[in-house]
Amino acid sequence: MFPGEFEYHRATSTDEAVRLLADNDGAKLLAGGHSLLPMMKLRLAVPTVLVDIGSIEELAFVRQDNGDLVIGSMTTHADIAASETVAAGHGALAEAAASIGDVQVRNLGTIGGSLAHADPAADYAAAALALDAQIEVLGPDGERSIAAADFFAGLLTTSLAPAELITGVRFPGAGGATSVYEKFAQPASGFAIVGVAAEIKADGGSCAAARIAATGISDRPVRLSQVEAALVGAALDDDGIAAAAEHADAGLTDVRSDMYAAQDYRRHLLGVLVRRAVTRAGS
Amino acid sequence: MTRIKMTRIRMSVNGVEHTHEVEARTLLVHFLRETLGLTGAHVGCETSICGACTVLIGGRAVKSCTRLAVQADGAEITTIEGLASDDELHPLQQSFWDDHGLQCGFCTPGTILAAHDLLTRNADPDDAEIRHALEGNLCRCTGYQNIVKAVRSAAASMREAGGTT
Repeated sequence: MFPGEFEYHRATSTDEAVRLLADNDGAKLLAGGHSLLPMMKLRLAVPTVLVDIGSIEELAFVRQDNGDLVIGSMTTHADIAASETVAAGHGALAEAAASIGDVQVRNLGTIGGSLAHADPAADYAAAALALDAQIEVLGPDGERSIAAADFFAGLLTTSLAPAELITGVRFPGAGGATSVYEKFAQPASGFAIVGVAAEIKADGGSCAAARIAATGISDRPVRLSQVEAALVGAALDDDGIAAAAEHADAGLTDVRSDMYAAQDYRRHLLGVLVRRAVTRAGS
Repeated sequence: MTRIKMTRIRMSVNGVEHTHEVEARTLLVHFLRETLGLTGAHVGCETSICGACTVLIGGRAVKSCTRLAVQADGAEITTIEGLASDDELHPLQQSFWDDHGLQCGFCTPGTILAAHDLLTRNADPDDAEIRHALEGNLCRCTGYQNIVKAVRSAAASMREAGGTT
């Protein structure tokens, strides 16, 4: 299987990449290529121009900035999974990265590419939403920042404009909270049938704050606000967590159903994974 | 008919410099096999699942069916053909032979290179770590017991040799 024909450009700076995107209708960015190239082989994507940002080295970094964690868009899953800086305060992100695909995929796939592709079962999506990430982008009109809650717009769709590129992802400091990612993976592809990211701030034995989000459930990641509301002030013991997890699928109307998992099964998995994630993050 | 635009690429493969003109859509696995004649990287599933096309780029295992040749411009690549030195097999090749880590051999180059990536990061992996590192390599005949055993014994002989390979 070959991709179709396209014109290839290698951008040497983010400004050049944005200009190439703006000047060429039908142009797509090529990051790690692990979502785009398979789609091109299947002719599900037929870009006429590819703008390769793989050699823009300043887009690959993990750093702390005024208490925030900032990750460059071209940072690979392997580097995020191996980063002590990420693991220290943002466990859900490190665990999501480590759970993607396999070693070879993690060595080339990037966080920016994954977010822009917006697969409904992508692991980062749950972590980005639960950890309140800001997606930093550059376009013809300059820089802007998009909250994760506003970024995912539907199946394989984001609020990025055609000539915009993700430069980095900013996560607020954990502020004493602990976060984890729990996933039930499809055994062949490794994609999440359901994945849950939970960030819990414990105070004594009870929950002071909670942010929980799930992937694989709908056409985009979802926040589980009712679980969060039930958790705050509740005891972080088996009973308290189980009671809150009862609300896991409350209010979710378009739960996916496909050949891997029926809707009822996904709802069931969601409850189980919420319980596991909150138990681990709250302990 | 419009002439197809070619892109000049240069890369080091198994320590040898190569410069060629390629069509932008040429996949790295096809470039290695058809242009350079290195047929050890196999074309399996073509969907980045099976790992038969695994090669090392800068020492890290990657699936060469999901990489354009133009993306590997300037890279240092190792294929299975680059592991043995003179008449001596690499410890991983020797242990796959000794421990019956292969049957038909189709997955073997990719599996060995994925194991190579693991052993450069972790000289003494346990079985769970070996299995985790080989998650992206599917074997459809021998099964994985002897593959894991082979990686374990290769790790031991490489440690004895002082990790020089």
